[in-house]
Amino acid sequence: MKGLLGIEDLTRDEVQAILDRARHFQVGPGQRFRKFDLLKGRMVVNLFFENSTRTRTSFELAAKGLGADAVSITAQASSVAKGESLVDTLNTLGAMRPDAIIMRHSASGAPHFLQRHLGIPIINAGDGTHEHPTQALLDARTILDRGKQLEGLRVAIIGDIAHSRVARSNVFLLAKYGADIVLCGPASLLPPELKQLAPGVTLTTDMDEAIRNADVIMMLRVQLERQHEAAFPAGEYFPFYGLRLEHLKLAKADVIVMHPGPINRGREISSEVADSQRSAILNQVENGISVRMAVLERVLSGEQNAGAAH
Amino acid sequence: MPALLIKNGRVIDPASGHDAVADVWIEDGVIRGVGPNLSPGGAEVFDASGLIVAPGFIDMHVHLREPGFEHSESIESGARAAAAGGFTSICPMPNTAPVNDSPTVTTYIIEKARRHAVVNVFPIGAITRGSKGEELAAIGSMRQAGAVAISDDGRPVMNAQLMRRAMEFARSFHMPVINHCEDLHLSAGGDMHEGVESVRLGLRGIPGSSEDVMVARDILLAEVTGARYHVAHISSRHSVEMVAYAKLKGLPVTSEATPHHLTLTDAGMIPYDSNYKMKPPLRSSSDVNAVVEGVVTGAIDAIATDHAPHAGSEKMQEFEKCPFGIIGLETALGIALECLLHSGKINLNRLVELFTINPARILGLERGTLAPGTTADVTIFSTEQQWTYDVNKSFSKSRNTPFDGASFRGGPVATIVAGQIVWKA
Repeated sequence: MKGLLGIEDLTRDEVQAILDRARHFQVGPGQRFRKFDLLKGRMVVNLFFENSTRTRTSFELAAKGLGADAVSITAQASSVAKGESLVDTLNTLGAMRPDAIIMRHSASGAPHFLQRHLGIPIINAGDGTHEHPTQALLDARTILDRGKQLEGLRVAIIGDIAHSRVARSNVFLLAKYGADIVLCGPASLLPPELKQLAPGVTLTTDMDEAIRNADVIMMLRVQLERQHEAAFPAGEYFPFYGLRLEHLKLAKADVIVMHPGPINRGREISSEVADSQRSAILNQVENGISVRMAVLERVLSGEQNAGAAH
Repeated sequence: MPALLIKNGRVIDPASGHDAVADVWIEDGVIRGVGPNLSPGGAEVFDASGLIVAPGFIDMHVHLREPGFEHSESIESGARAAAAGGFTSICPMPNTAPVNDSPTVTTYIIEKARRHAVVNVFPIGAITRGSKGEELAAIGSMRQAGAVAISDDGRPVMNAQLMRRAMEFARSFHMPVINHCEDLHLSAGGDMHEGVESVRLGLRGIPGSSEDVMVARDILLAEVTGARYHVAHISSRHSVEMVAYAKLKGLPVTSEATPHHLTLTDAGMIPYDSNYKMKPPLRSSSDVNAVVEGVVTGAIDAIATDHAPHAGSEKMQEFEKCPFGIIGLETALGIALECLLHSGKINLNRLVELFTINPARILGLERGTLAPGTTADVTIFSTEQQWTYDVNKSFSKSRNTPFDGASFRGGPVATIVAGQIVWKA
């Protein structure tokens, strides 16, 4: 029984194996995803306690693409709305014998807490402000697809770092490859302890400095719903921390711009940048499916025997 | 009641300076004598050879959950857990339902304890009505009813002017003001100590500064008002420094530390396990070292558990939803022996002081000593016997502790309240 709770717990070899395997599931431009029956007869439950379009859909497509049955449940539609506790909800689902539970939750550590009390592998599809492991994996796959190496890569991650699970998972992943990671945002969203998160991390509140010589710029959404009080003066975000075309001149000529979505045009990124040749945002979405296929295959194929015992 | 003779123990009574092997003679609920080879006729004998005989331990900071939350703890069950931890007196904080902010509730607790508690219960009254931080509670009447101090534990008074008035009023009744120091704006939404661990785990932080700014404020107010002021469960290094400074200036300021803040750090917690979630949070190792040093140097006067029972279902949730607090009465002495005595930080006399005469003096209780004529509250403990804590055998109704399965060298052996053995290992 081994799910995927976070990137931090994985070794570099484990990360690399997923990235390599994901290539097998990729398709060329304009092609449809191929169907496999590698997980025929298996069942996964998509349990989303937070809104999500791309992550939930791509997990669902990934499961179906491997021949598994996928059931999606959103918290509003489930008994959670009737006051059932998280443990009871998961125990109820567990009794239906899924082979894995894919879970998104607004509380950091919710999947870790459940994994201690539940025998079914849990795949973390984002927990609060902690980790979003499949996002970091698909980001790495996207960077590699553009012909860049992760070793020695200079990556600027810009925005609401404090509340970003995407930033944390990316930091953990990139650090395993010795990348040079610059985290940038207003000081109120950039706790100094971030520097100790992993080797190779530096912090700056100056956007130009962060972008200078960058191979990759990752923009983050401003998560107003997770900020419990105003972290910056109204109207001062985009002028100081929004990515505009002129910034790209400071970066390497072949810089790629990424964003986990959903993007807020004119808040953290200008439309011109989001739609430019340098943007890899749609490649990220595409890779979401192939990377999640690789993750599901990895988690579920290790389950063959345990599954038969049910 | 027949007389009780505790024979051949090492009798340590810091208040009278006694530290020697001796017998303790108890009759009619009071200490009759302490000395070598006592032999009152017809006395029941307790052989304390190889053990320490000390004044009854006082825990000046517990939560008994009654009235209002009896599914988590009751005065009866909490008192039994106290006895099993070697405590003969406990002081419940007022955050019950209703809040202990009136002589009616104070009297209810005292009456209930008189009938059902195996140890002494000295209630602490609220500072403000409903602990809402808006207007002063009936402080004088609670004092008359038997409250020994005031505190809005868990819901600190944010309004400095109100705190000043509370200190002034409490001084008129010779009551100490105890504060849970936490600036609620700085700590808002926090689940654990703010530091690299909270950043790594994606949990909102409770900065050390949220404690420090209130300790600073209160020390200044204590100077202005002349009130006796006590910092509850001190946990941050700057707060320890400030209390030391206040004492240096001769202010009537005291503080207590919990066993968990003397031993556990944020880096040592099991991630997202609510048995490590409490307020103040487990802080960094430099804070823990400062708290231990504070005990050594005297900035910290007492050990108090902040015993905070929560029913299992409340702690089996997402970390951010779980309530704060852990139980601690039964493990306090084992932990203190481990991290203070066996580590060589302090001697046995100092350790006994922290559990006995110091809290008694802070609260103005006529306890904490074995002087002849005083109530015979006695704690007998071992510094050597190995034992392992099994929370499923706890007398508490709750099971929330990070110390389940922990092994200790030394712990309580017998607890005597007013001459009666109320618990024996």
